[in-house]
Amino acid sequence: MPFSLDKAADSYDVIVIGSGLGGLTTAKRLSYCGHKVLLLEFHHQLGGLATWFKRKGHIFDISLHGFPYGMVKTCKKYWTREITDSIVQLRNIVFDNPQFSLQTTFDRLDFTALLNKKFKIPQTVIDRFFATVAGMNFYDDQTMTTRELFEQFFPGRTDVHRLLMEPITYANGSTLDDPAITYGIVFSNFMNKGVFTFEGGTDKLIRMMTEDLEKNGVMICTNAKVERILVEKGKVRGVEVNGRVITAPAVVSNSGITNTIYNLAGRDVFSSDFLEKADAIRVNNSSCQVYIGLKKDSSIEDKGDLLFTSTAPVFDSSELLDMHTHSKTFSVYYPKTRPGHDRFAIVASMNSRFGDWSSLSPTAYETEKKALIERTLVDLNRYFPGVNEKIDWLEAATPKTFNRYTLHTHGTSFGTKFEGLAVSRSIFKEVPGLFHVGSVGIIMSGWLGAINYGVIVSNDVDSYIRSV
Amino acid sequence: MTRAAIKDLILEIIKDIDEDADFNTLQSDQPLRDQLDLDSMDFLDIVMELRKRHKLQIPEEDYPQLASLDSCANYLEPLLKNV
Repeated sequence: MPFSLDKAADSYDVIVIGSGLGGLTTAKRLSYCGHKVLLLEFHHQLGGLATWFKRKGHIFDISLHGFPYGMVKTCKKYWTREITDSIVQLRNIVFDNPQFSLQTTFDRLDFTALLNKKFKIPQTVIDRFFATVAGMNFYDDQTMTTRELFEQFFPGRTDVHRLLMEPITYANGSTLDDPAITYGIVFSNFMNKGVFTFEGGTDKLIRMMTEDLEKNGVMICTNAKVERILVEKGKVRGVEVNGRVITAPAVVSNSGITNTIYNLAGRDVFSSDFLEKADAIRVNNSSCQVYIGLKKDSSIEDKGDLLFTSTAPVFDSSELLDMHTHSKTFSVYYPKTRPGHDRFAIVASMNSRFGDWSSLSPTAYETEKKALIERTLVDLNRYFPGVNEKIDWLEAATPKTFNRYTLHTHGTSFGTKFEGLAVSRSIFKEVPGLFHVGSVGIIMSGWLGAINYGVIVSNDVDSYIRSV
Repeated sequence: MTRAAIKDLILEIIKDIDEDADFNTLQSDQPLRDQLDLDSMDFLDIVMELRKRHKLQIPEEDYPQLASLDSCANYLEPLLKNV
């Protein structure tokens, strides 16, 4: 069990601010390297956006929608065997839109067959496309956009573009105008073996991670909001948290990169060159979600685990972001998702802009939220006719909700666009002892990206601590 | 540390990363990455283990020196000569 802040000592080797999957993994790795670690979380619950909430016997997962197979290797290496053993495949991914309807296991084999047989794409083109995206590295040329990549291989085929792009837009918030490498790396990860989930839900994962951290001697404090990162003579000295100073030669912020620079460290500790790069960071979009719980003893047919649905005629990145979008995913949580918890739940997710919701008056905000729920139920009834009678919990979250619980700038659910990665990676060269871990650059986002980035940053931190 | 001991050390670290790794047909002058299906994260693990076990600081620009068992031995031999 996490402690309250008064149990924390006055000094540590490293302080981690924030307990998203990146922060948790950094704490784990650095304790494994032999350092004395303090993990501070402002919320009462750990996990950051890897979170859940309980209502009337339901447990709703916020960001457990499906991750790539790479998670198995990552959890085995950096977490525990027990965590790894809970990873299971989601075999039934559904697409339904005016251009096509299909079911897939969302892996290279099945996608190759679909593209060839259903979409009539020649085998050689498919093979070349897969070889191209699989060969992409984050340090490659960034001038080509995903739109250009698709046009090169599948000119004019808006249906194929939709099949390839729609899931990735929901996975990492990228658009057709982002660098093709951000698409290729993430898409290839999924195509490896398909889509996987964590059996037992987010609450079980975070509980297991918390226990593992405690076993490794990490001091975890919740309800501990860091007000400032203290920088003295150009170097990190510690943090000010709930009015108290705790010192450490290294601080890793798992708060958003923009939050870290502007609110926690403050502009005055950075050079103008660095600030120029930081000021150019575009924060990614946020989300809306509708949480739907079914009555005890009621059930629905298995129509798939993850449904990419849309009534928009073609795929359009800006349509997906519109506050009245006709496109959404349904993540369906059958009792098999949480063995022993005999309830059905559905989470509808949409991409959304913070500004569209934050500019509304309180009355208009409530009206729009109700309308969002209504539209979602209309769509849901196409797949589960009569489901309305079975529902006993309905609730919506908007970008404002995401902002309140995560403190992310503009409630971003996918960190930053590509340029955020270089700023995050170089921040410790600007202020020695200051590190950032968290969703940046599109590729370092999602559950797998966040954990792996935690390992990458831990290497920098460990190297730094051992050199001072 | 001898060249043979350095190679054993690298193999021992890889075994920790992937217990199923098969070293029987491994050629010491060929890239480890292709022969053992290692990715860039695995190489980062090797770097961190070397720092943990032998206090070695390997700068990022030197990571390519760890490509094959032979190149590992070439690069690490002078750094581990007193171990």
